[in-house]
Amino acid sequence: MMEYVDVDEKLAVDKFYVDEDNAHIVLRELGPGDMMQFHTLELACPAGLYECLPDGTVRFDYAGCLECGTCRILCGTTILEKWEFPRGTFGVEYRYG
Amino acid sequence: MSEDKFDAIVVGGGLAGTVAAYLMANAGLEVVLIERGNFPGSKNMTGGRLYTHSIEKIIPGFTAEAPLERKITRECVTMLTDDSAVGLDYRSTRLGKQGSDSYSVLTSVLDQWLADKAEEAGAQIIAGISIENLIVREGRVCGVIAGDDELEANVTILADGANSLLAQKIGMRAEFKPSQVAVGVKELIRLPASVIEDRFCSSDGEGTASLFVGSPTAGSIGGGFLYTNKESVSLGIVATLSTLVEGNRSAPAMLEALKRHHAVAPLIKNGKLLEYSGHIVLEGGYDMIPKLIGDGVLVVGDGAGFCMNLGYAVRGMDLAIASAECAAKAVIEASGQGDFSAESLAVYRTLLEQGFVLKDMKTYRRFPHFMDSTPRLFDEYPRLAADTMEEMFVVDGRPSIPLRKAVMPHLKRIGIGTLIKDVRKGLGSL
Ligand SMILES: Cc1cc2nc3c(=O)[nH]c(=O)nc-3n(C[C@H](O)[C@H](O)[C@H](O)COP(=O)(O)OP(=O)(O)OC[C@H]3O[C@@H](n4cnc5c(N)ncnc54)[C@H](O)[C@@H]3O)c2cc1C
Ligand code: SF4
Repeated sequence: MMEYVDVDEKLAVDKFYVDEDNAHIVLRELGPGDMMQFHTLELACPAGLYECLPDGTVRFDYAGCLECGTCRILCGTTILEKWEFPRGTFGVEYRYG
Repeated sequence: MSEDKFDAIVVGGGLAGTVAAYLMANAGLEVVLIERGNFPGSKNMTGGRLYTHSIEKIIPGFTAEAPLERKITRECVTMLTDDSAVGLDYRSTRLGKQGSDSYSVLTSVLDQWLADKAEEAGAQIIAGISIENLIVREGRVCGVIAGDDELEANVTILADGANSLLAQKIGMRAEFKPSQVAVGVKELIRLPASVIEDRFCSSDGEGTASLFVGSPTAGSIGGGFLYTNKESVSLGIVATLSTLVEGNRSAPAMLEALKRHHAVAPLIKNGKLLEYSGHIVLEGGYDMIPKLIGDGVLVVGDGAGFCMNLGYAVRGMDLAIASAECAAKAVIEASGQGDFSAESLAVYRTLLEQGFVLKDMKTYRRFPHFMDSTPRLFDEYPRLAADTMEEMFVVDGRPSIPLRKAVMPHLKRIGIGTLIKDVRKGLGSL
């Protein structure tokens, strides 16, 4: 069992300009054989955006993405259909860094 | 965008990009820097410590003028197990001496300051545009493409950071392996300056760099860091992807475990979260350096893999700055000759080799392998240290046994031969 951390609460202090018209990361339709890959993203995404719900369904939302590229490195050629930077001006904006 | 051809286009407004643009503009070249975020620095995060030797010579007076946080005069390394902490605490007036001084920084703030310097020197800064592709004609990079816009230049400098998609697109670098990359997660926590100075026993304006190794990263290669800033603390973890994904503690949970550790929690008590950030750290070292030079193109900074994870610290900022300086010099020289071929730009590599960038990368070449092949560093050795301390200091009325005898079982658990081998391997890689 993975320890639960409320990352959303932390992301809430960050500044985001979400591009509602264009998802910069797209997860492809997953089969049972893809769950191992998905689990690596659950562990590694610093924003905790890849979630496996108790009923076995998966959830991913690009809105809180910190654009680190971790999921691209782990699964860019497997379960991710698309990984791009958000279009110019969109995405996270660090005020301190 | 304009139709004019520039002397140089710099992609990316981090430390590397802003410094390269500043130097080339100062030399009279027509330079444009393009950043995908709303301002240079807006996408960037770092751990926290800049060695200023590299930049003081580029911008004299940098240390006095730039928005730096605290001068680091105290270094701590702490090994953690779930219920204990064993630390080294080094303080020396030599740490802050000019030439070897280092400062905690907030990179988004610093990058903006540097971009302003570049602009004052005459560089044009365009923010909010993401470069999607490079213009390549007959194997020569001739400029950049964003949407329907194209912009041409004699040389394009890729300063687009650790995830350099552009270098990958034109075949200059291979895809990363999870063992070459770590993910960093950080919280910036606000605390009043007086509280920071009291908790970290530092005088006015001075700061602490603190590293943690052990239980929070749950056996994964990696560790925690803490840097004190003027009115905040940067607290984070770094964990190598290949081992992180084999464990069962997520990166955000590692940071939470560090925050809650009884040796860390009092340091940040009553602090307020200002920012939460994530970024990758390249830690493959010398062996992951991509192709650095092509016709009309150079790669600098993190984009070129110039980053070292030395276990006790990540160093990339001074390498980004120094590599940008080498690249700028190469472009200035090439402009004088009007030749922007890879042969003409090859002086970039020569300069990197003469300076500290490639020398240091070579010196520490075997270090990534040492960390990879010595998982005990992150798990058993912190426990050994804690167990030894327990034998020494926990007095509970039971008859004492000699320390040597008490520690033996712990040493045997690891194997004395293994310990000696690890020490030798570690020293050999440094
Ligand atoms: C957790 C962590 C801790 C660290 N700790 C330290 C430390 O204590 N000391 C140290 O010296 N180093 C440290 N480092 C390393 C250091 O932060 C980096 O080496 C350094 O910041 C790299 O600078 P850069 O300019 O090369 O890249 P970046 O700062 O990443 O800049 C790249 C820029 O390019 C832009 N960009 C990318 N693609 C495009 C595109 N297509 N179009 C337009 N713009 C684009 C980005 O938005 C960004 O602004 C740490 C790193 C991390 C992640
Ligand atoms: S890029 Fe980083 S923050 Fe964004 S979804 Fe992927 S792993 Fe998570």
